[in-house]
Amino acid sequence: MTTGTNLWLGVSTRQMIQSKAGYRRRKLSNIFMLAITGLFTLLALIPLFWIIGYVIYKGGQYINLDFFIHLPRPLGITGGGVLNAIEGTLLLTILAGLFAVPPGILAAYYVSYKPNTLLGIVVRFGTDVLSGVPSIVIGLFCYALIVKNQGHYSALAGGIALAILMLPTIIRTTEEMIKLVPHSLREGSLALGSPEWKTALSVTLPAASQGIITGILLGIARASGETAPLLFTALGNDNYNVGKIIQAGIGNHQNIFTILGMIINQPVDSLPLTLWKYAQQPYPERINQSWAAALVLMILVLSLNILTRVWVQLRANRIHGK
Amino acid sequence: MDKSPHSLTGRRPAPHWLAHLRLALHYGDRPWSALTIGMALLTILLMLSIGLLLWGDSSQARAAFGLSFLKPTSDASWNPVSGNFQAWPFIYGTLATSLMSLVLAVPISLGVAIFLAELCPTWLRMPLGWLFELLAAIPSVVYGLWGIFVFLPTVVEPMGNFLASTLGELPMLTLFFHGPMPASGSSLLAAGLVLSIMITPTIAAITRDVFLAVPLTQREASLALGATSWETIWKVLLPYGMSGILGAVILGLGRALGETMAVTMVVGNSIGGSLSLMRPGYTMSSIIANEFAEAVTVLHSQALIEIALVLFIMTLLLNILARLLVWRVGRGIPQEARA
Repeated sequence: MTTGTNLWLGVSTRQMIQSKAGYRRRKLSNIFMLAITGLFTLLALIPLFWIIGYVIYKGGQYINLDFFIHLPRPLGITGGGVLNAIEGTLLLTILAGLFAVPPGILAAYYVSYKPNTLLGIVVRFGTDVLSGVPSIVIGLFCYALIVKNQGHYSALAGGIALAILMLPTIIRTTEEMIKLVPHSLREGSLALGSPEWKTALSVTLPAASQGIITGILLGIARASGETAPLLFTALGNDNYNVGKIIQAGIGNHQNIFTILGMIINQPVDSLPLTLWKYAQQPYPERINQSWAAALVLMILVLSLNILTRVWVQLRANRIHGK
Repeated sequence: MDKSPHSLTGRRPAPHWLAHLRLALHYGDRPWSALTIGMALLTILLMLSIGLLLWGDSSQARAAFGLSFLKPTSDASWNPVSGNFQAWPFIYGTLATSLMSLVLAVPISLGVAIFLAELCPTWLRMPLGWLFELLAAIPSVVYGLWGIFVFLPTVVEPMGNFLASTLGELPMLTLFFHGPMPASGSSLLAAGLVLSIMITPTIAAITRDVFLAVPLTQREASLALGATSWETIWKVLLPYGMSGILGAVILGLGRALGETMAVTMVVGNSIGGSLSLMRPGYTMSSIIANEFAEAVTVLHSQALIEIALVLFIMTLLLNILARLLVWRVGRGIPQEARA
């Protein structure tokens, strides 16, 4: 009995001594490690401010009106712009949206109501895995699928490549948003005798629409900054000018579908593609223009991101009655 | 008295043709469900067809080179004129840059995730989260442009010279760290550093969500037993979320493997045969980006497609593994996990 008490006392004393010496050590290491996580956070954010600051500084010097309203001009001739790339970026983004949004929403609708069927699980998993496929591989895929069969590079192929990139984002966001719609809404509509498809189109999807739009905008922000999938699909085109194509089309009395076909059936440029090509050239003029392109691209992508998130936040605040 | 439900509403019964229309519209459910199932199948179909198309379009290259295409060699040849292609330098470059970026990015993103999830005041959590999402949203080419003209001369080149003159002198490490560093700074080291900046938000965001998914009771129990905050984080939360964090790291690796534009702009694009990180190199994605549009011979473009196939399989396996790990924790995976 006494030995037991001694043993107990002994351990207790050792522990006390240990903890007296150890307490300070533990406290110090606690403060030290927590400070390190804060430092790492600052360290990780340095590139963000460095990049944004530098792009604004450099791009701001070289950006001007000519940049937005003229086609590229040969080196040495001032006043050239990247109108072709701006038009191309818009066109590619619109095409990508057209190809990605309807399938994405429909697939998300299926997945959100049948998440635990075999197909539902496989599709959810497949969507997540598809979002990890390198964008250059998707570019090559679209080359093999479309460009090779059509025999020429085109905005169409580029749009489809970007659509494949956007698809997982849209499916995932839409799925989450449909899940947030109260079941009572859908059940109420079904109980009134409205068929499933009509319930989906006039009750469920409209109720989730703001969230779905958020997802689409984020997908667009992502796709509009992509370069790799466009290298072998949209290729680039210094003389692309939608205005000229439409003028020529009207002049030749072609109908609207022929003109649209001409717009999407030829190679186009995009801002990231132009930036990449110019940055590799040894001419300061071109490099300056690529800084300006970087500025325009960053404003486009980051403001889409920020505005979407602010909008979501404001809505969330309103719903929660703040 | 009409027995149709419409009599209950007090309205006149619907005309006959309208009832037929209603019936027809009701059958709209079949096309609708077929449509949704079809679109759901589309993603799976896309994955399969990417694999099949790359496999089919690289058949000649696979037949011509076999396994020697992928085998590690010290004197690999990549010669479009003689039609002799070996992919080892690119595989090495991709692996070296990605692993290097992981070594740098994992501790930092772990720190960021811990700070965001456990330490920072709630009002700061969201703005900081936004900043990291912006970091992930910056286009890859902008990273590349900034890399070439700002990051390489100011950070990478001095750092590379320092490493080459210290680690590069050690007997075992000289193979991987010997100089001379090119004056432009373009090297595997540069690519690894830029990649580590790019994948940090991905890993940090998923890891933060993993930490946030750990039940509060776990923290409270650990703190009540007398553990400090750091001990709670390191010995309770970290083991609890280990599979999710591992998944986050693998997703980051997948993104680093497939990243193209920024890497192509800073890696130097040279098949030197040197293993040193201080020397210019090449990666799988950058050889495709640089040469595919100009590949004239069938064998050349097929060799490039075979590289894409290898890249696809690598990222596919990594992603499946990572998603399985992260799915165990919960489906709160953000969308930044793309190359």
